[in-house]
Amino acid sequence: MASAKPQTATANPEAGPRWAIESKGLNLWYGTFQALRDVDLQIKHGIVTSLIGPSGCGKSTFLRSCNRINERLGYVSTTGTIQVLGQDIYGPDISPIQVRRQVGMVFQRPNPLPLSIRENVLFGQHIHRDDRIPRAEADQLVERALREVLLWDRVKDRLGRKATSLSLEEQQKLCIARLLPMRPEILLMDEPCSALDPEATRAVEELIWELRGKYSILIVTHNMAQARRASDECVFMLLGRVIEHARTEDMFVTPKKPETADYIEGRFG
Amino acid sequence: MSGLDNRFLRTPREQRSLTQQSLFRLLFLVMTSLLVVPVFGILLVLIVRGGPGLSLDFFLDKPRKGMTAGGIFPALIGTLWLTSGALLLAFPLGVSAAIYLSEYARDNWLTRTINIAIVNLAGVPSIVHALFGVGAFVLFLDFGASILAASCTLAVMTLPVVIVATRESLQAVPHSFREACWSMGATRWQTIWRLVLPNSGSGILTGVILCISRAVGETAPIMFTGAVYWVAYTPEGVFDQTMALSLHLYNVSTQVPNVPPGLPFSVALTLIGVVLVMNATAIAFRMRLRGRKRW
Repeated sequence: MASAKPQTATANPEAGPRWAIESKGLNLWYGTFQALRDVDLQIKHGIVTSLIGPSGCGKSTFLRSCNRINERLGYVSTTGTIQVLGQDIYGPDISPIQVRRQVGMVFQRPNPLPLSIRENVLFGQHIHRDDRIPRAEADQLVERALREVLLWDRVKDRLGRKATSLSLEEQQKLCIARLLPMRPEILLMDEPCSALDPEATRAVEELIWELRGKYSILIVTHNMAQARRASDECVFMLLGRVIEHARTEDMFVTPKKPETADYIEGRFG
Repeated sequence: MSGLDNRFLRTPREQRSLTQQSLFRLLFLVMTSLLVVPVFGILLVLIVRGGPGLSLDFFLDKPRKGMTAGGIFPALIGTLWLTSGALLLAFPLGVSAAIYLSEYARDNWLTRTINIAIVNLAGVPSIVHALFGVGAFVLFLDFGASILAASCTLAVMTLPVVIVATRESLQAVPHSFREACWSMGATRWQTIWRLVLPNSGSGILTGVILCISRAVGETAPIMFTGAVYWVAYTPEGVFDQTMALSLHLYNVSTQVPNVPPGLPFSVALTLIGVVLVMNATAIAFRMRLRGRKRW
């Protein structure tokens, strides 16, 4: 649970990596603009951690560094390290493709592929497997993934329909579902609810809470209330730096830094 | 307080603006209408003067009596050869280049140079392409004056437009789809093959056909590279020379004495017909495949 303080508690290093994600001295530049400055963060296993801060503070950049999707831009340079599940993902032998496969990502606008619902869920299998997936196995994968995101009962009769015909809420859930057959341990979510109405937001938040425990979830949000409702820990970033990282209830009740207090009370941002 | 009673009435100033607006609307309407005049004018003249000359014989017969009688069969077939040749060359080259530029290339000096080259290539006059074709294909590569050399020249000429049209179709596929693909660990090629091409195929085909249909009417690039005034046979291979509709039109209009006045119009009408058929094919493609667009 979030209340544990594992910094000192994890005595046995053989018990697996201590952190889901750990960055050390992470600096990142887009061309000459420095978006991240000496970011040291430890994200715990199995909980929901939210990243908050004003626009341009680097929270999405950090998120996008955790599955190396940033590199696609081509003009990004990085120093420092990010360890995911104990491995430096910027290490020399690391395949970004395997990183992206095992660190799932959900985007701001639901972006289901222009395929059927079923094919969306199976897409990861298609790109990562050489053999044809047997029909029964595929059915099972689809059902399990859609059940996990609480979508199965609503779409089981129309799996062949285009994913883009779903409502935004369902699309966003589908975007989460299509990650699950690749068995990620970490889910990154970049403002997953900002394109949704309040009702859909509530539904997706409930889903995130449902997935908590099975996955380590890192979520960027603009919505302070959401961070407060739906995360165990909270990281406040400002101008590329981590200002404060604490349990969510602590940060919102007794922020330690004046900048954090200013931000969560709405004095800027 | 009189102002209160007529607060919603039209003011003189507003009246002036409205008059101005109608005047400009009229001006733009007239300009737009002027635009269609040449199109219908050309078609009308061609149909009235060239239409009577058309017949099955005209399409299937050789030119006779020093080009003043007979039909246009060798030229029609020659144009099909040249155009298909240009299409076969320009399509794979242009589409590959567009895929590279749109999906792989990063914004660096090489990409910028290539883009500038494409833009400039599109602006090169066709007669310059013709001379390039003579130098590069006829002489240097030793194709001789042949269908191959002429098709190559046409292909080079249409390439920039093919590349631009294809690139636009590729870029029309939303970036968020690519991001979704990449974030699941797809390679660029998997993304292109499974996502980008299926969703831009119709646009690419349409664009390419439209570009190539313009090559049908070109005269300059082929007249030194493979098209000839008259041959007694239809081509049997790419190293043959051939007649072509556009060059034939030029010849019967300006080079041959005592041509019956309707003949050039009939040839021109046929030429336009070929272009229209190609464009109609493109439109049919677009309509058939647009239904499958999925976002």
